[in-house]
Amino acid sequence: MKPAFVGRSVPRLEDRPLVRGEGRFAVKVSFPGELHMRVVRSPYAHGRLIRIESSKARAARGCVAVWTWADVSDMPPIEFRPTRVKGLEPYRQHVLAKDTVRYVGEPVAVVFADNAYSAEDAADLVELEIEPLEPVLTAERGIEPTVIHKEYGDVAGAFAQAHAVIELELAIGRHSGVPLETRAAIARVKDGVLELHAATKRPHANRDVLARLLKREPASVQLYEGHIGGGFGVRGELYPEDLLVCAAALRLGRPVKWLEDRRENLMACNQSREQQHQLRAAIDAEGHILAIDDEFWHDQGAYVRTHGARVTDMTAGMLPGPYRVPAYRARGHYRLTNKTPAATYRAPGRYEATFVCERLLEAIAAKAGIDRVEVRRRNLIPKAEMPYTRPLDVLEVETVLDSGDYAGLLDKALAAAKWPALQAELRDRRAKGEAVGTGIALFLEKSGLGPLDAARARVDKSGAVEVITGAASLGQGVETVLAQICADALGVDYRQVRVLHGETARIERGFGSHASRTTVMTGEATRLAGKKLRAKIIATVEGLFDLPAEILDIVDGAVVRTDVRAAPVVTLAELAQRIELVADAEFRSEHMTYPYGGHIAVVKIDRETGGVRVERYFVAYDIGRAVNPMLVEGQIVGGVAQGIGGALYEEFVYDERGEPLSTTFADYLIPTASEIPPVEVLITEDAPSPLNGLGVKGAGEAGINAVGAAIASAIDDALGKPGAVTRLPVTPTRLKELLKQC
Amino acid sequence: MKPAPFTYHAPRSVEEAVGLLHQYSAEDGRVLAGGQSLVPAMALRIATPPHLIDINEIAALRILRAENAWLRIGALVRHSAFERPVVDGPLGELLASVVRHIAHHPIRTRGTFCGSLAHADPASEWCLVAATLGAELVARSVRGTRTIVAGDFFRGAMSTALEPDELLVEARLPLLAKGTRFGFYEFSRRSGDFAIVMALVVRDQETWIGVGGAEAYPRRLREAEAAADPAEAAASAIRPLSDPHYSAAYRRDVVRAAVRRALEQCN
Amino acid sequence: MQLTLHVDGAERAVEAEPRETLADVLRTHVGCEHGVCGACTVLVDGEPARACLMFAAQAQGKSIRTVASLSRGEELHPLQRAFIEHHALQCGYCTPGFLMLAASLLERVPNMSDEELREALSANLCRCTGYQNIVKAVRAAAERMR
Repeated sequence: MKPAFVGRSVPRLEDRPLVRGEGRFAVKVSFPGELHMRVVRSPYAHGRLIRIESSKARAARGCVAVWTWADVSDMPPIEFRPTRVKGLEPYRQHVLAKDTVRYVGEPVAVVFADNAYSAEDAADLVELEIEPLEPVLTAERGIEPTVIHKEYGDVAGAFAQAHAVIELELAIGRHSGVPLETRAAIARVKDGVLELHAATKRPHANRDVLARLLKREPASVQLYEGHIGGGFGVRGELYPEDLLVCAAALRLGRPVKWLEDRRENLMACNQSREQQHQLRAAIDAEGHILAIDDEFWHDQGAYVRTHGARVTDMTAGMLPGPYRVPAYRARGHYRLTNKTPAATYRAPGRYEATFVCERLLEAIAAKAGIDRVEVRRRNLIPKAEMPYTRPLDVLEVETVLDSGDYAGLLDKALAAAKWPALQAELRDRRAKGEAVGTGIALFLEKSGLGPLDAARARVDKSGAVEVITGAASLGQGVETVLAQICADALGVDYRQVRVLHGETARIERGFGSHASRTTVMTGEATRLAGKKLRAKIIATVEGLFDLPAEILDIVDGAVVRTDVRAAPVVTLAELAQRIELVADAEFRSEHMTYPYGGHIAVVKIDRETGGVRVERYFVAYDIGRAVNPMLVEGQIVGGVAQGIGGALYEEFVYDERGEPLSTTFADYLIPTASEIPPVEVLITEDAPSPLNGLGVKGAGEAGINAVGAAIASAIDDALGKPGAVTRLPVTPTRLKELLKQC
Repeated sequence: MKPAPFTYHAPRSVEEAVGLLHQYSAEDGRVLAGGQSLVPAMALRIATPPHLIDINEIAALRILRAENAWLRIGALVRHSAFERPVVDGPLGELLASVVRHIAHHPIRTRGTFCGSLAHADPASEWCLVAATLGAELVARSVRGTRTIVAGDFFRGAMSTALEPDELLVEARLPLLAKGTRFGFYEFSRRSGDFAIVMALVVRDQETWIGVGGAEAYPRRLREAEAAADPAEAAASAIRPLSDPHYSAAYRRDVVRAAVRRALEQCN
Repeated sequence: MQLTLHVDGAERAVEAEPRETLADVLRTHVGCEHGVCGACTVLVDGEPARACLMFAAQAQGKSIRTVASLSRGEELHPLQRAFIEHHALQCGYCTPGFLMLAASLLERVPNMSDEELREALSANLCRCTGYQNIVKAVRAAAERMR
């Protein structure tokens, strides 16, 4: 049966209500009698909590209750997803500060009132007596719960034989996802079931943790997803506020709504990316990498969050990228500081790792006197060696690069960007006095985190198809992509397929949407369910109509004969009247898939102001198989915009007392349409994944992964100084410093 | 980020407005015009005025016309009014050229020219225009009317010569002679952001050079106007703001560039 | 305060404190509540404005249009159709604000260069799309509406 929808850029099924402003975002969700929760947050980065005086708050108009630690002391601290890493337990966060505050923004008390305005008034009346303590604001000086250590090959031997050794000190600034919709949680109890609305990302896992922390049966806790205004890794993790909202709904007997404001979001939602690296690499005379030895410090902020040490793990595990690295050692120091806690943000650990690795490649080019494109060619793992096992685990999965033609992609990227003509054009412009440059960066991504996913496909009596999954929608087009896959597997129009997600009550098991896993894992589970259902239907019709299966097919929602031209044998709707048409499928995958790509950037710098303008941007990406190319491109361009933010504009800055300075959109600078250039995207399908039936790999993180590296490379080129950029973001003042050194 | 409670007043005349201001200014009663600066401050609860005097319904404040040698701009004239030249000649073009740098259109439909002056943000484009051109500001209170020249109006960052109970009812800009040339350059991080540094050069018989964003308030730099290398002189002459993001030295560098680029445009 | 607001061609009686913003009373999407992101953009007397920077009390006597006014029953406005066709939305949170911004833009300046269009659209923030498809969609709608 020829696929009809997979591979086509069909319009999204999600869009109609969204363009009509009918999205069920948290701001629109209300329940009768609901209370509004407002969090009272620590104004100090570090301090001893001596006393909380809440009598004035309690007396405020509309205020119904005020809770402090004493009211929630029975709740255990928030868990993190366990791995082999030890030493993190003592650093979990309680839902409210017990006797010490450790970051500005830490929840210290909560107020419940009739509306959001009264809640804020009452919260302002809560008096905190805190004895300030000295804050720790650099990872260097922070507590170290653990070190992530990964190693293979003979590192010492490699350095002993090296033709040259390169040493780099690199840093990535603190920034994060900052979705346009702030966090929200609405909880209510209905018919004995605790419902949490506005949940996302990992509904089943979060439900299980919530149930455990609230000491309830999992079946009595259900999560509901409406529409979600972006995730990027930071939304959908369990935060103190989620637990508090649930506990309050249970205890106060009324629905409880919490809508975070932007100022809170910028100081309390997961931050990310802040790392310092000290890297040494051994190379031979031709610029081949013999060994990499990277020691880095990850600034985790004040507490361990739900990801534990995963970002550190991914940095250490993904740093070699698409290159052959015969010997390797990474030591990631996981350090606590008095800043907002950190966790995953789109391409977590990889934006950082690619920046470091690509800075290394360019340093090798400079040291060995080789062209920076050529140096990459020399070190890329060749296609002939796929699948390539690297004795390095990432997220406890051994790295087996499933498929890839990295050199081929590099060629395609250079061709798409018209690299030689580009170089000539910029040479001319430089001759006329412009400070312009090109940058290039290659990257490896990971997607399709298993080990498992499940889906149920069902035809209802109207002939419409329902796919029930445990996936989550963060706005990425889950409903459309899964509908396309199911449509082809089953034989219906994708517009006939309705995908359910984010609701723990509709499907028993689910694994959420994160780590670019949905198209791969849920997609494959959906395809298998669709295929199974198709086989079941054909077998049923075979029996009912006494026709052999070989001459039956399902086309556009009806069972047809392929041997003669005739009216359909029976439509799915008719069949569904008589028989339950449903199939469940499961997909297991022990390994991840590894898409890969390259970025090319053209920048112009203003030598006097230190301003940087990104003029053009190219992304070439091998996705194995694109289910919906338009959506893949959308993910990539969106990722590039965020990547440019992290490379040039966005940073969470703290002053010497640990007070956050980036607390509004006037300080935390998200790029506008004027800062993002047109992005050209080349999607290739040269290396389908052998790990799933469609050959798909994920799309979510390709656009952002290499931007820091590519922009750094371009700025170096514009400055005429390889290796100049060692720190992101490259703000005007930092660029002026670099210019002074040229 | 909800504002603190306040009592809302919507006077229908200037007399009524200044009466209310006189009554409530001692307890931080404030004027609400465009609200594009005040309301964010109230949302952050940096400003918590217990009384808000909304002047948006006072027709007399909508005046916008050339009279004698001046352009009269009433307190309710929005930024967006200037997007097309409001008067023939160089002044209209200058204002239309500068206004494109003020935030974005949806802010410009509400924010007011006079509001910017009364708010006195160091990075306000209109404050730079007023200071460079030598605007006259008309203030009303229960005590009557007085005119303040721009040179006396700006006192510091977010600080003007207005008394707490004075309402800035009008700003007057001198009409520029035919053939007057101008140049304006602004450096900001993103499209629509506050200026880190900006420079305005106006040249007719004389040359006027104003710099904003770099100091506590924008001003005309006479020492630069007379210098052989005005850009260098401007960079030396300023008393630069210094903050965690931009050092004094950095601001001087950008002032030098801004003045030079504004001069280039002018020529 | 008892207020009467004219929203999308209909009168709405609203009970609100003076400090309640137009954004909260209309329940627009809010992304920052300090006037930077534009997620709350509505039209007030035909001009785009940030609803989070107006008090509902100030909106009396004015004609307010929200994204709901763009479609006619089931029929979508050319801008809405263009947004779908060109994949100009992902999570959809910034979309109502962008649609109202674009609607007023096309009414005000039907012939805009690409550069002017991008600059005008820089008024609002989007975190998902990288803006490219939003520019394409508005351009396409402008062509269609000519």
